[in-house]
Amino acid sequence: MSGRDIAVLSAMIGIPLLGVLFFIWFPAVATVFLSFTKWNGIGGIKAIHADGVQNYVQAATNYPPFWPAVRHNVLWLVVFIVFASPLGMLFAVVLDRQIRGSRIYQSLLFLPVMLSLALIGIIWELIYSPNYGLLNNVIGRNGTHNLIDWLGNPHLNLWAVLVEACWRQAPYVMVLYLAGLKAVDPTLREAALVDGANPWQTFWRVVFPVLRPINVVVLVITVIESLRAFDLVYITNGGNNGLELLSVLITRNIVGQVSRIGFGSALGVVLLVISLVPIVTFLVFQLRQEKRR
Amino acid sequence: MSDSGTSPSSGTSGAQTPLHRRSVLKGMAAAASLAVVPGGLVAACSSNKKTGGSPSSSSSQAPSSAAPAPSGGGSSSGGGGTASGTITFGSNYSDAVPKAAFASMIGGFTKANPNAKVTINTVDHNTFQNNINNYLQGTPDDLFTWFAGFRMRFFASQGLATPIDDVWEKIGGNFSDAFKNASKGSDGHYYFVPLYNYPWAVFYRKSVFAAKGYQIPKTWDDFVTLQKKMKTDGLVPMAMGQKDGWPALGTFDIINMRLNGFQFHMDLMAHKVAWDDPKVLNVFKQWTEILPYQQPGANGRIWQDAAKSLLSKQCGMYLLGSFVAQQFTGADLDDLDFFAYPSIDPANAQDSIDAPIDGFMMSKKVKNKSAATALLEYIGTPEAEALYGATDPSDVAAATNADTSKYNAIQQKSVEIIKGSKNIAQFLDRDTNPDFADNTVANMIQSFFNNPGDVASQLKSLESQAKQVFTS
Repeated sequence: MSGRDIAVLSAMIGIPLLGVLFFIWFPAVATVFLSFTKWNGIGGIKAIHADGVQNYVQAATNYPPFWPAVRHNVLWLVVFIVFASPLGMLFAVVLDRQIRGSRIYQSLLFLPVMLSLALIGIIWELIYSPNYGLLNNVIGRNGTHNLIDWLGNPHLNLWAVLVEACWRQAPYVMVLYLAGLKAVDPTLREAALVDGANPWQTFWRVVFPVLRPINVVVLVITVIESLRAFDLVYITNGGNNGLELLSVLITRNIVGQVSRIGFGSALGVVLLVISLVPIVTFLVFQLRQEKRR
Repeated sequence: MSDSGTSPSSGTSGAQTPLHRRSVLKGMAAAASLAVVPGGLVAACSSNKKTGGSPSSSSSQAPSSAAPAPSGGGSSSGGGGTASGTITFGSNYSDAVPKAAFASMIGGFTKANPNAKVTINTVDHNTFQNNINNYLQGTPDDLFTWFAGFRMRFFASQGLATPIDDVWEKIGGNFSDAFKNASKGSDGHYYFVPLYNYPWAVFYRKSVFAAKGYQIPKTWDDFVTLQKKMKTDGLVPMAMGQKDGWPALGTFDIINMRLNGFQFHMDLMAHKVAWDDPKVLNVFKQWTEILPYQQPGANGRIWQDAAKSLLSKQCGMYLLGSFVAQQFTGADLDDLDFFAYPSIDPANAQDSIDAPIDGFMMSKKVKNKSAATALLEYIGTPEAEALYGATDPSDVAAATNADTSKYNAIQQKSVEIIKGSKNIAQFLDRDTNPDFADNTVANMIQSFFNNPGDVASQLKSLESQAKQVFTS
C-alpha cells in the first residue's frame, strides 16, 4: 500500500470511527456514568457528585410512575406484535389481491403513516375529547354524568392511545408487507395452485416462509417503535395519569427547568438494558444463521 | 409558568437565539444522557404543554386602537435618555400579542434613548423555560424575561443573576410591598422587575347568578350551600379541567392558604413542612367535601373545554386565572365576573391570592450594565407598563400607579382584588420546584380525583418523593 492509500484508508475508517465514538459511545457511556451521580445541571463537572446506585434504588422504590411505565412499555410492545402487525399483514394481503380500487385503499391506509405522531395525537384528541369530542357525541355519552373520559380515565386512556398508535403502526407494517409480497415470485403461487393448495395454504405454506426477510424487518421495527413510543402520550397529557412510559420519564427528569440528570440517566440506562434484550437476541440469531451458511 | 396558552396553534414563532459553542459544550453532558433515549424529542413543540409567560393568545381582546405613543420622551424613564450601546434582551414572549406589546414597550425606551439599541432575542416560551439552565450558564443576554418566585430566587442564589438594588432605588415608589417582596432573592437583594400579573379567582356568569338568585359566597358554608343549590338546579357547580396537570394546583393553593394561612403555604412550598403533614391532609379533606360538586372527568379535560362549559352555562363557577376570559368574547365577556375564594378559617379570611407575576431579570454575565440598568429603570415606570398593557390587555400592570383608565371590567376588578390581598402567592409551580409541582404534585392531584379515599397514602408517597427531589 502506498502512503496515499494508507491516508485514504485511515480517513475512511477514522472519520466514521470518530463519529461512532462521539455520537454513540460517548453519550452511552456518559449516561451510564451519570446514572451513578447526582447533578442538577448547574455548575459544570465539579457539581456532579457520586451517588452510588441510589438513583436505581429510588426509581424502583420511591418513584410511583416507574413500574407503571415499564408495564406500559411492555404492553405497548405486546399490542404491536399481537394486534398491529397481523392487522397490517392482513391489509397487505387483501390489497395485494388487486381488488377494485386497491390503489385508493392503499393511499387511504397509508395516510396515517405520513402524519407525524404529534399530529396524530392532536387529531385523536379531537375525537376523544369528553364533552366536545366526536366519539362521545356520536355514541351519545357527552353529558355531564354519562360521559366516557377516554383520555382522563387511567384504566381507559392507555388503550385509547394504543388505538391511535395502531392506527399508524398497522399501515406502516402493511406497506412493508406489500413491498415484500410484490417481490414474491409468481411462479411459486402458480405451482401451489397446480398442486391444488387453497389460498389459505398457499399463503401460510408458500408465501409466508418466502417473506422471512420482511418478517424480520417488521419484527425489528415493531420492537423499536414500541420502545421509542413517546410522542403520542406526551401530546395527550404529558405522560401522566395512566400514560406513563419510560421515554417520557427520562425526558421529564432531564429536559426541563430543574433537572435531575443523574436520576433521568438511570432511567435511560434501564431503557437501554430493555432495548438490548431484543437487539442481542436478534444479533445472536442472525450470526448463527450466517455461520450455518 | 402557571398559566395558559395551550392554543393548538402556538407554534414556535420568533427567531431562536443562535446556539453558542460554549453553551453547547456545557450542555453536552446533559445532552449525552439524552442521546440513548430512543424517542424523538418533540418536547418543545407540544401543543398541550402549557406555556409560560403571559396567557397570550388573547387576540380577541386586543384593542382596536393603536398603541398610544410613548409618553413624553422618557420623562420619568430611567437614564434620562443617556443610555447607549447595545443591550441584548432574551425574551420568551413568543406569541403574537405579547411579542408586539413587548416590542412597543421597548420602542418607548429606544425613542427616549436614541444612542441605545435593544436587540430582542425571542424564543418560544416552552423552549426558553426548558433551556434556562444552559442559557444562563452559557452566553445569556443582558436581560431576560422571567417569573417571580422560587426559580427567580434559585437563580439568584446560584449566582446566575445580577442584583439590581440600584434599579429599585429609582422605581421602588411605583410598587406595593407585596411586589417588592416578590422581587427579592433569598439574600434580601432585588433581582427582579415586575411587569404584570393576573389573579386566580372564582369566575361566574352574572346572568346565571341573577336568574337563579345566587349570592356571592363569603364563607365556606355559603359556598357549599350554593354548590348544593346549583346541583339541584341542574348545573355542574364547579368546572374543572385537569388534563394538563396544573390547573387544579390553583384549587389546592387557595384552599391551603384559606385553611392554613399564607406562611404555612410558603413553608410547604419550600419543603420546610412535610407533604404528609396533617394540615395538608386537611386541605384535601376540605376539598373532598366539595368534590361531588366538581365537574366529573376532570383528568381528561383541558381547561379551555372547562371554560367552555362555563360559557355555555353548563357549569356555574370556575376557579382559574383571569386568562379564562380569553374564551369569552363580546356580550359573554361582559357577562363574566369573578369573586375571591370564600374564607375558610376566619383567621386567614380572604387575605391571600395566587397572582403570578411576570417580569425581568439581569443575567450575571451582563455586558452593557449601565444601559441595561437604565432599561430596567424604564420598565419599572408606570408609563412603560401601561404601554405594554395597551397592546396586551389580558393582564394588569404591576406598577400601582399605572394608568388603568383603558382597562376592561375584568382588569379593573383584577387590580382591586390584588390590591386588597395582603399576601400574593405565585402559584404552586412557581413557588416551589417547578418540576416537582408539574409532575409529582400534579400527578398526585390526578390520582386524588381518581381515588379521593386514598389521599393519605397518596400524600405519603408525595412526601417521600419530595424528600428525594429537595435534597438533590
